[in-house]
Amino acid sequence: MLFTNAKYVLNRILHGIPIILAIVVVNFFLIRLAPGDAAQVLAGESGAATAEYMDQIRKQFGLDQPLWIQFLNYMKNLLVFDLGYSFRHGRTIASLIIERLGATAILMGASMVLSIGLGVILGAIAAVRDRTFLSHVIVILAIVTYATPLFWVGLMLIIVFALNLGWFPTSGYETIGATLTSFDHMLDVLHHLVLPAISLSFFYMALYTRLMRASMLETLGQDYIKTARAKGLSGSRIVMAHALRNAIIPVLTMAGVQVSAMLGGSVIIESVFGWPGLGLLAYEALFSRDLNLLLGIFFLSSILVVVTNAVVDVIYTLVDPRIRLNGGRHE
Amino acid sequence: MKSAVPILQVEGLRTEFRNKRNGWFPVVDKVNFHLSAGETLAIVGESGCGKSMLAHSLMQLLPSRISRLAGGIIRLGDHDLAKLSDTEMRQVRGKEISMVFQEPMTSLNPLMKVGRQIEESILEHDHCSAKEARKRSIELLDMVGIPEPMARADQYPFQLSGGMRQRIVIAIALACRPKVLIADEPTTALDVTIQAQVLELIDRLKSEIDMGVILITHDLGVVAEWAQRVMVMYAGRKVEEAEVETFFSGPSHPYSQALLSSVPRPDALIGEAKMSQLTEIPGTVPPMDQLGPGCAFAHRCSRRTEGCLAVIPPLLTLPSGTSVACIHAEEFAHDRH
Repeated sequence: MLFTNAKYVLNRILHGIPIILAIVVVNFFLIRLAPGDAAQVLAGESGAATAEYMDQIRKQFGLDQPLWIQFLNYMKNLLVFDLGYSFRHGRTIASLIIERLGATAILMGASMVLSIGLGVILGAIAAVRDRTFLSHVIVILAIVTYATPLFWVGLMLIIVFALNLGWFPTSGYETIGATLTSFDHMLDVLHHLVLPAISLSFFYMALYTRLMRASMLETLGQDYIKTARAKGLSGSRIVMAHALRNAIIPVLTMAGVQVSAMLGGSVIIESVFGWPGLGLLAYEALFSRDLNLLLGIFFLSSILVVVTNAVVDVIYTLVDPRIRLNGGRHE
Repeated sequence: MKSAVPILQVEGLRTEFRNKRNGWFPVVDKVNFHLSAGETLAIVGESGCGKSMLAHSLMQLLPSRISRLAGGIIRLGDHDLAKLSDTEMRQVRGKEISMVFQEPMTSLNPLMKVGRQIEESILEHDHCSAKEARKRSIELLDMVGIPEPMARADQYPFQLSGGMRQRIVIAIALACRPKVLIADEPTTALDVTIQAQVLELIDRLKSEIDMGVILITHDLGVVAEWAQRVMVMYAGRKVEEAEVETFFSGPSHPYSQALLSSVPRPDALIGEAKMSQLTEIPGTVPPMDQLGPGCAFAHRCSRRTEGCLAVIPPLLTLPSGTSVACIHAEEFAHDRH
């Protein structure tokens, strides 16, 4: 079983390579549709620049070459996993991304756990207590959160919990200048994580709540739930042992699809909270026309999506014995 | 085969549903019957006549928001099920009274091994060890005629055929050796050869466990073969109850007669249906929330008279022992003989 799964994931990732390459090609050309280049941004920041200076920069960065040469060079480097060099940061793209990857992984991991966990629980409660005051409250809450923009949630949380109540820091990843032991450092990061993670998970929590509620209502109407009731099982046992697992499958599907969307959402949240992750890096890269860096981040995201989809497929088989990895489904 | 003391006694059972237009209205009304250990009582009637509602009322598996048990006694052993609280009813359900459903393909949880689904019932009611429950579930699989019960216990429902799944559902229902088994059209979804096997299985286990079986069906062939008594329902009421031999030699209620003459009978058993053409019953069962005064069957009945529309006919007991709810039953019986 474990071996089959590992083999399957590897297979899926190999099949994902052409997809990732296609994404790289499209990104490479799309991104150059944006007006301006790194030379203009650098020149603009230096205050005054002559045409010669800009030409010099372009030559140095290779921006004077025809587009297709630039493309071939990029692809050639990519084949040996050389993502290039950020002139803006004066470092290799790979080292930049690796440095920031951790922060984004922590933020996304926390948000996924929070949104799926709460979404499943709230959705299940709303379905089990259908047509009660509690379920109405949950449904309305979900609709409101679903319709609220991410950045606004972030700003409001900062105003209330950071500025007014002072419970959490307004921004950042850790307390600057503090020399902490590793355990205290972890607590410090967690303390900084609370608000951005809640902000990012809000929308997805609403999404999963609605989905879970609908799925749970459908499941509770199934014949096997009646069989379980006819056995004399208690209501909680029926929900926990029979309904929940069957109802969670559509939520899993959606969560798999939403991983990439969440990465997009983290760009906004990281900007709002000054969270030093890939999203913030991408945001900065966009405005400084650091195209190599931007492409590097896109490259990583596409890999992430391919891997996540493969992993979700494996999780399916663990939840539902009818689904088999070689593509068949029993009925 | 029949023991004198009934294990289940139902008196004046009334179940109501609610809709927006009419408020509460009965779907089962004034139903009386009894069931003895080792006996099979068939309940027949068209779709919508209240058979399934009756079964769900006995099990108290009705949707609580839109339905209620509005009266009557359901005496099972020492309990009156109609008076039990939800928690008390849970302890009876699956232990003293069990049910087998119509759709074996959807009656089992697709994500749980079948052995586990049987053990669950045993653990709930008999509070034994997991090991003991496992042992008993395998015995049950063996008892319902599933080959290689050890291996099958670890399979999921999708790995079993429809007939096998219905055997699993039966094993679940019998896990705690109930006094009464309600089989709600247990073979409707199965093909004919499997139907016979499943009914034979239920009949054999009935003697083994010494339970009473309520067999809900619309297949009169099944009734003739497997039941000792038959109860005909129409619009939520009992319209006729008779011994099977008496019933097939000539049912007393016009509705029963119509049912019987609308079934093809290659064996041409007995009675009026012999050699006669197949007939259909015109019209359909009236919606339960729109019943007028008088006999609910009157508007479809070929022998309707003025009197039929005035009052709901009471149950009469004929000399043959049959009880029938038709004001003309005695004349008809007289005409026939």
